Amino acid sequence: MPGRLRVIACGAIAPELKAVFASMGADAVVEPLPALLHNTPEQITSAVLERIAAHPDDRIVVGYADCGTGGRLDAALEPLGVERIPGAHCYEFFTGGPAFAALHEEDPGTFYLTDFLARNFDALVWRGLGLDRHPGLRDTYFGNYRRLVFLSQRDRDEGVSAARDAADRLGLEFEHVRTGLQPLTITLSRLVAS
Amino acid sequence: MSDEELDLSTLSDAELVEQMHDDLYDGLAEEIAEGTQILLDRGWEAPRVLNDALVEGMRIVGIDFRDGILFVPEVLLAANAMKAGMTLLRPILAETGAETIGKVVIGTVKGDIHDIGKNLVGMMFEGAGFEVIDLGINTDVDEYLTALEEHKPDILGMSALLTTTMPYMKVVIDTMVERGIRDDYIVLVGGAPLNEDFGSAIGADAYCRDAAVAAETAEALVLARRLTSGED
Repeated sequence: MPGRLRVIACGAIAPELKAVFASMGADAVVEPLPALLHNTPEQITSAVLERIAAHPDDRIVVGYADCGTGGRLDAALEPLGVERIPGAHCYEFFTGGPAFAALHEEDPGTFYLTDFLARNFDALVWRGLGLDRHPGLRDTYFGNYRRLVFLSQRDRDEGVSAARDAADRLGLEFEHVRTGLQPLTITLSRLVAS
Repeated sequence: MSDEELDLSTLSDAELVEQMHDDLYDGLAEEIAEGTQILLDRGWEAPRVLNDALVEGMRIVGIDFRDGILFVPEVLLAANAMKAGMTLLRPILAETGAETIGKVVIGTVKGDIHDIGKNLVGMMFEGAGFEVIDLGINTDVDEYLTALEEHKPDILGMSALLTTTMPYMKVVIDTMVERGIRDDYIVLVGGAPLNEDFGSAIGADAYCRDAAVAAETAEALVLARRLTSGED
């Protein structure tokens, strides 16, 4: 009989996962991995596998999207019979798949921030891409982007303000889409029930 | 003497080329432009400047990036520095009709606007002696096929950064198969989420993990094709 539900997740979505599981009253442990792994996606699969191996008695769900692993994460999880939250990008967890596809179709030159990414923009994006040391690289990274869409999970003025500031610094138009936690709640409810 | 005081024109050719490798590594665009101009003024042919100073310098950068010694920002600065040298060399190479070893059409696939890797590959192709036709970003199958028809390249190169856009490479290759032109071209693919298995599964000739490998692979495959087809 499988043990406790353990979600091995990207640190960037761990707070939202915890909030949703709490609201559902589900007995789940959310185990975050460093969000900075996003900047080195080739390391995600091995990091996740290491955490899975550490909990052989738990029922594991992986809280990552494909996240630039090019299918390697799914290929590694499949023989283990471990489920993953479906989606190519974690932004889909918050918007739902069709809504995210529509945003991308509307403008492929869209850069996304969530509550977590807006709050940690300096550490994960600005410094993560070396723009603090080499601000002249901004247009090399973002020259083909046109807009920044802030996908907010909670209605907080400071989040909107941080995201708008990030858009200004990147030279992008700002748009705000309130996702709340409903699409993520629906997905996690299905996973818990399955 | 500090680096700021170094007068590049006082260096011997060998010292200058070595210094340019260091300057490329450090992403110093102005110094690379200056060094390139000095070598040209000393009578160096443009292809020799390109190969010995710029391409060799970028090869060193590529190795250190692969080994985790350099990171993306530093590679981008090095690429920008190489671009400064290429800006001087490109018109001379075109004017003197320097012999090219082949022609490449490259582009980032539909739905994808990421071009950092593709631009690096384009520069390394140029450095290897290819003529490069760059279709830019968000390239659909019709744009690829029109370019193949117009330019008759040896190689089609496709790039993607997103897991959601990389399958479009198969759309392009399948369309080439349908039209009976797949075997007329060498197809190379690359991009962060790709791997060899993916390249092979979609019917590409090779997956290239970085820009230096792309240039080496292109050169080797063009040469092999010419040998097997009996061309010179």
